[in-house]
Amino acid sequence: MNKKLYGLAALFKTPDEIIEVAKKTSAAGYQKYDIHSPYPVHGIERAMKLKPSKLGFITLVFGLTGSALALLLMYWTMSVDYPMIIGGKPFFALPAFIPITFEVTVLLATLATVIGMITFFFRFPENDHPLHDTDYMKKVSCDHYGLVIEAKDKLFDEAKVLEFLNSLKPESIEEIYYPEKETYPVLEPKFVTFLIIIAVVTSGITYFALNKLLYMQPFTWMMEQPKLNPQKPSTLFADGFGMRTPVQGTVARGFLPYPYMGQNNPTEFLQNPYLPTKENLQLGEQKYLTFCSPCHGNFGDGDSRLRGQFPNPPSLHSTRAREFSDGMIYHIITNGQNIMPSYASQVTREERWAIVNYIRVLQRAKNAKSSDLQVVNKETGNNASN
Amino acid sequence: MHIDYSQEAPAIAGRLTISQIEELVARPLDTKPDRKYFIALSISGSLLLLGAICLGISFYYGIGLWGNNQPVGWAVPIVNFVFWVGIGHAGTLISAILFLLRQKWRTGIARFAEAMTIFAVICAGIFPIIHTGRPWLAGYLIPYPNQHSLWVNFTSPLLWDVFAVSTYFTVSLVFWYIGLIPDFATLRDRTTSKLKKTIYSIFSLGWRHSSRHWQHYEKAYMLLAGFATPLVLSVHTIVSFDFAVSILPGWHTTIFPPYFVAGAIFSGFAMVVTVLVFVRKIFNLENIITLDHLEKMNKVILATGMMVGYAYGMEFFIAWYSGVQAEQFVFINRAFGPYAWAYWIMVSCNVIFPQLFWFRKFRRSIPVMFVIVILVNVGMWFERFVITVTSLHRDFLPSSWAYYKPTFFDMGILLGSFGLFFTLVILFTKSLPVVSISEVKAVADGAQPTHRGGHHE
Repeated sequence: MNKKLYGLAALFKTPDEIIEVAKKTSAAGYQKYDIHSPYPVHGIERAMKLKPSKLGFITLVFGLTGSALALLLMYWTMSVDYPMIIGGKPFFALPAFIPITFEVTVLLATLATVIGMITFFFRFPENDHPLHDTDYMKKVSCDHYGLVIEAKDKLFDEAKVLEFLNSLKPESIEEIYYPEKETYPVLEPKFVTFLIIIAVVTSGITYFALNKLLYMQPFTWMMEQPKLNPQKPSTLFADGFGMRTPVQGTVARGFLPYPYMGQNNPTEFLQNPYLPTKENLQLGEQKYLTFCSPCHGNFGDGDSRLRGQFPNPPSLHSTRAREFSDGMIYHIITNGQNIMPSYASQVTREERWAIVNYIRVLQRAKNAKSSDLQVVNKETGNNASN
Repeated sequence: MHIDYSQEAPAIAGRLTISQIEELVARPLDTKPDRKYFIALSISGSLLLLGAICLGISFYYGIGLWGNNQPVGWAVPIVNFVFWVGIGHAGTLISAILFLLRQKWRTGIARFAEAMTIFAVICAGIFPIIHTGRPWLAGYLIPYPNQHSLWVNFTSPLLWDVFAVSTYFTVSLVFWYIGLIPDFATLRDRTTSKLKKTIYSIFSLGWRHSSRHWQHYEKAYMLLAGFATPLVLSVHTIVSFDFAVSILPGWHTTIFPPYFVAGAIFSGFAMVVTVLVFVRKIFNLENIITLDHLEKMNKVILATGMMVGYAYGMEFFIAWYSGVQAEQFVFINRAFGPYAWAYWIMVSCNVIFPQLFWFRKFRRSIPVMFVIVILVNVGMWFERFVITVTSLHRDFLPSSWAYYKPTFFDMGILLGSFGLFFTLVILFTKSLPVVSISEVKAVADGAQPTHRGGHHE
């Protein structure tokens, strides 16, 4: 197989020689040549007549981008998206933003410089370059200095270049060829097995981490805490209960004794303290619909919605019920009557009186007189006759 | 004794040739680790394990196992954080600031010091994260659009810390790796093992010592050094803001940023000397890491030690001069209160003992400098302890005054961080060149053109 020539390489032993070589090579008009040395030799870029590196522009552009991005992010989050006064500072507290602006500038500039240099200026990674694995490379990697003139150069002519290189009195000259193309069969069983193993292991670990590990101790998102939970056993107390009985004589917040429990008609002592205002009636309606309507029906007709699972109560519109005093209705709600239980623990005192007011509204509406209708018509502007 | 100061001492002693230098540096990578290596590794590994167990138990039962409690809410974890970040600063100083100052002697120690920077920042980064108690939620420190529509507080020094330390770590790592690329290429071309060659090829990215590349490379190195210099100063400045931006007497001090930076360089150089004393002996690098280099580092230790001593004195002066009673109480309490023992350990280790470095004999004596740098390491840990604990333990309400004591777990985690640091250092010495091959070659005798026969430009 005919190998393709990459270029001719010559090795030299001292840095002084290589500077001379660089000067002569650039003077001879070669463009595609390169000098290799194990460390940067002072003055080589001048001898090779290289233009100054333009790497600094990448640094500048990305550094400024970093500053701008950091400032914009902080401005937008702290002044626009979620403005909040912290430590009495203004929303756009520039002095407090400087540290992060600086850090982001440095971070972005550095990363851009390095990544830009490696990918854009060097075109790395490039491990298949023809120079790799040659004796030439091994020597310039250690303690020699080398010159390579590429075959791509316009002035390249093998005999002439050889003559030129010999005139420089090198230690040795080497012909460098392109490596033969290697093939990497993707469907090789070993490689496929390797991929499958990687896929299984990765997905297994991910599944375990996201679905199991995260819900184990101590990663339980504070679900398990060493505290006393109501109605849970606890070893802390001798009786084994987590809940404690309050101290003797403890009075609950807002507690008022109701002295008429179990009595029949204490109504003369109970006065309705609430006026039937709009708010009070709305509260009463809400509480009536929640707690009373399941048995008494939405309008107090005694049409239970419980479909016979619980005996229907009598209507609230009977004469007897209408003649109850407010206190009597309040007492029935609080104390219970016949099979109706006490609702004292479900509805507060205020709510009970509000329910009483609302029941009065229902009773009045169901037994309206024509004079009532006239009042309603007057108020709503409705002229329809009865 | 007569010393000729007109001639710069060569950066490399012993008139080594370039290939000898390479041979010397690459030898630890070519030989199998010996018994002593494994003994050292097992000791540091055991410390690391102790730290890991203490951490695991702390996570399981909660950080109540530590000594931190009212009023000393910030204690040993923060002390360790500041201590380790400080250790890291020497590496960047040597690799960046001394590079910009054209100090040739930095080449022999830069690689090692940079590696120590990275390892120290890893150790440092652990502490603020574990101090949150739930390190797996540390992602909330990063500003990202989330369903709570909440953002981090950009005006908080603690968040500046997040940015500063992570930027510092990233930039140090990149800087270190850039320096390693030519060395990877050299190792790739030296090695005979196929596996090693593959690994080195991957990390060398195909570097081929081309002068056209060296040109950009040197430019990039200079740009990075230019960024790393203000960065290293900013990092410990921001760490000091954690304290200085608060309004606590003993912390609320404008001298903190320069004082912290000087202290960081002081402790960092002490740690570098501590480790290099062994490394140069074990790996026969006495000609590359010479006594001159150690002496120069000891001079830096002396200078920064004096700066730190000045800061100690100035804090007292300002407390007296300001006329603020609370401030005066904190400082008198610091020197003569219940933690006076810690304060005087700090002063003697950081200010008094380094004065021995005024004498050339002591600067150049390995045993003396080893003892002093160990004392400096201890003293700098206590400096952070004094700043943190003595300012907190007697707060404005005498009823809540307390005497803070670290627990077994606090100390176990501290030892574990030393274990992590030295494990990484020991692994590093056998897996990567501890001295930058290409940089040391460039400063060897006869490595640069003499420009004989041509005019010197």
